[in-house]
Amino acid sequence: MIEHYLSLFVKAVFVENLALSFFLGMCTFLAVSKKVKTSLGLGVAVVVVQTITIPVNNLLYTYLLKDNALQWAGIQGVDLSFLGLISYIGVIAAMVQILEMVLDKFVPSLYSALGIFLPLITVNCAILGGSLFMVERDYNFGESVVFGVGSGIGWALAIAALAGIREKMKYSDVPEGLRGLGITFITVGLMALGFLSFSGIQL
Amino acid sequence: MSVKKAIFSPLFENNPIALQILGICSALAVTTKLESVFVMCLAVTVVTALSNFFVSIIRNHVPSAIRIIVMMTVIASLVIVTDQILKAFVYDVAKSMSVYIGLIITNCIVMGRAEAYAMKNGPVMALLDGIGNGLGYSIVLVFVGFFRELLGSGKLFGITIFQTINEGGWYMPNGMALLSPSAFFLIGIFIWGLRTWKKDQVEESN
Repeated sequence: MIEHYLSLFVKAVFVENLALSFFLGMCTFLAVSKKVKTSLGLGVAVVVVQTITIPVNNLLYTYLLKDNALQWAGIQGVDLSFLGLISYIGVIAAMVQILEMVLDKFVPSLYSALGIFLPLITVNCAILGGSLFMVERDYNFGESVVFGVGSGIGWALAIAALAGIREKMKYSDVPEGLRGLGITFITVGLMALGFLSFSGIQL
Repeated sequence: MSVKKAIFSPLFENNPIALQILGICSALAVTTKLESVFVMCLAVTVVTALSNFFVSIIRNHVPSAIRIIVMMTVIASLVIVTDQILKAFVYDVAKSMSVYIGLIITNCIVMGRAEAYAMKNGPVMALLDGIGNGLGYSIVLVFVGFFRELLGSGKLFGITIFQTINEGGWYMPNGMALLSPSAFFLIGIFIWGLRTWKKDQVEESN
């Protein structure tokens, strides 16, 4: 049992890295990766939000939206899964809002460190993508907790690594047209190649 | 801003992907086949245009504090409709694109244009701006999809162009073109080409 969770975790962090093999959260990934410090802050925020929203969406899916899910309330044969998208994004927006208030009240240091990134997470595709993958792969509650933590850490790892590379790139002489965004894309491509070498690892 | 400018400037001058860094997220994963590229482009263009249109209609009645939630609801409803239509008519393609149709909701082009343009302009111009940005997005996607399908499997739209060795032909398919890194390289090259042509888009530092 524990092996199953462990392999799911490693798979979520490395093999199926949300940023580098599914291209999720790319907008923020490219825009906020200029400094290691800010990207680490964003990474932590993503891990936290991902760990909360994926299990919550899992409960929502299992007990409200799935085909025949309303059986516990005595309602038969209702399939609300077409409402999935709008409910997940609602949960994500609400969770981010609640998290913001809780952090502000109890951990103000982390709140001020995360700053603007917290609200921005609502429109980060990695979060919604994580929830959609959870539904598509039919994870149960335990698996979705592990998948949430793992995929969040994987994304954070990728953005921190990219920021490290970009900080060093200041010293290199990049061709004019490639400066900025162009060379960043190529760097991310090379990183994705590196992460590809994890694929095929069986645990 | 004239009609022509609203539609054509996002193609090269102000391309959403190459310059505004919007909407890269859900775009790259669907570019291994031109067929899914076209479905994706169509879906994004329609959603962007319509969400721009509706947001622009209600822009004077929405308090600015809750505008994000309102836009989100408009966009999510449009995406649900699109998703259902695609599942009804092109089920196989929709299935192969898995979660990426749903991810149009968080595609920053849609949200970005609603916030930056539709909140300040009339419905008709907003609609055109949405179409223009959808087309700008499509150009990059078609470029990437063309090379990935041609180099990766020797086909275009599923029709064989280069006969591969496995099928008794001469072409050795480049497997990497089907994997994720190639999409990054192709977009990097696209941006390089675009910025060599239009020098004013070059960034000063890294």
